[in-house]
Amino acid sequence: MHETDMTKALILTVQNWWEAQPERPKISQVHLTVGQFTCVEPVSLQFAFEVQTRNTFLEAAKLVIQETPLVAFCHHCQQEYRPEIGVQYACPECRSPMEDIRSGRELKINRIEYCSDSAESYASNL
Amino acid sequence: MHQTFDAALEINLLHANQEGADHNRAHFDAWGITCLNIMSSPGAGKTVLLEKTLAALNQTLKIAVIEGDMTTELDADRLRQHNVPVIAINTGRSCHLDSKMVAGGLYQLEHQYNPSDFDLVLVENVGNLVCPAEFEVGEHAKVALLSITEGEDKPLKYPVMFQEADCLLITKMDLAPHLEIDVNRIIANVRQMNPNVTIIPVSAKIGEGLTAWFDWLQSQIPAAEKIASKLPDLTSA
Ligand SMILES: Nc1nc2c(ncn2[C@@H]2O[C@H](COP(=O)(O)OP(=O)(O)OP(=O)(O)O)[C@@H](O)[C@H]2O)c(=O)[nH]1
Ligand SMILES: [Mg+2]
Ligand SMILES: [Zn+2]
Ligand SMILES: [Zn+2]
Ligand SMILES: [Zn+2]
Repeated sequence: MHETDMTKALILTVQNWWEAQPERPKISQVHLTVGQFTCVEPVSLQFAFEVQTRNTFLEAAKLVIQETPLVAFCHHCQQEYRPEIGVQYACPECRSPMEDIRSGRELKINRIEYCSDSAESYASNL
Repeated sequence: MHQTFDAALEINLLHANQEGADHNRAHFDAWGITCLNIMSSPGAGKTVLLEKTLAALNQTLKIAVIEGDMTTELDADRLRQHNVPVIAINTGRSCHLDSKMVAGGLYQLEHQYNPSDFDLVLVENVGNLVCPAEFEVGEHAKVALLSITEGEDKPLKYPVMFQEADCLLITKMDLAPHLEIDVNRIIANVRQMNPNVTIIPVSAKIGEGLTAWFDWLQSQIPAAEKIASKLPDLTSA
């Protein structure tokens, strides 16, 4: 499944950051934003992360996923609305098509939380 | 006692794939090639459509195919009968093509052929309605297929693919008399999220709509730029 690929990309990015830190800190949390209008399933991502980080420098790290809703902007009504995924995407007021997506497409690594004491010298054996 | 710290990253998860796709596109552009990414659920008719397309346009355009189907050699062999290069990519268990896999295909194209000779590269993606839409491979346009046997609600249920498509082919139109399906509702459902997409109902079997598809395809090839980009090749030969 593609969550495996996404997780690989995620771990690589975090690893690059980690290896650039002289003190190799212990990473406690990795924060992601995942939009609801993407093909990523947070539960599958959590699972893949758990499996793929076993016995690595990220073993103790928790993946924190913040989901963002699909929000569109209707230019005709000059207001935002929340399309009902799977049911209806056009503006509920005027039926204009969904053209301007304001949120919901995010797939982002926001930030890393780490402790001052360094990781117990894990080689990044990925 | 320990303190916790924060490091802001703000990096897209698909960043690496996106960079690879941009790289592939730069190669296509340098070679004067237009690349189309052809996507659908399994069995919607991608390979049959490619067969018809090769049969009709092979004389006018120089075409190569990158075949990303998991059952590759079957589909690839069907297409090779049209005497075009078909580069089969072993996608393994992956449910989509990514830019790295297609880069491998471009490497083959570059080393086994003269890529500047080509006008068009058609990429048949893995049959999957979900994630191929998220993984760009370096294409200039995305083509989605939806067969009328799949039902009117598919665009609503798998919206990302239909929202990203530049061209949607509604396939197997010859079956319409046998089904209770409202093609106008399929079209309306897609237009809800992608009002500007080109929609062409086709039947590869009986030929309906294929001329419109060939016209759209040819409209994607920038003629003038193409000639300009080929000039250095001709003079250096
Ligand atoms: N009736 C009818 N059948 C079609 C048409 N186009 C394709 N088919 C049939 O649909 C089936 C699948 O066609 P393919 O072209 O192999 O579909 P595909 O999208 O390449 O499938 P995968 O590569 O496995 O995802 C075959 O049995 C085709 O004969 C059509 O226009 N009309
Ligand atoms: Mg096929
Ligand atoms: Zn509106
Ligand atoms: Zn290159
Ligand atoms: Zn996938």
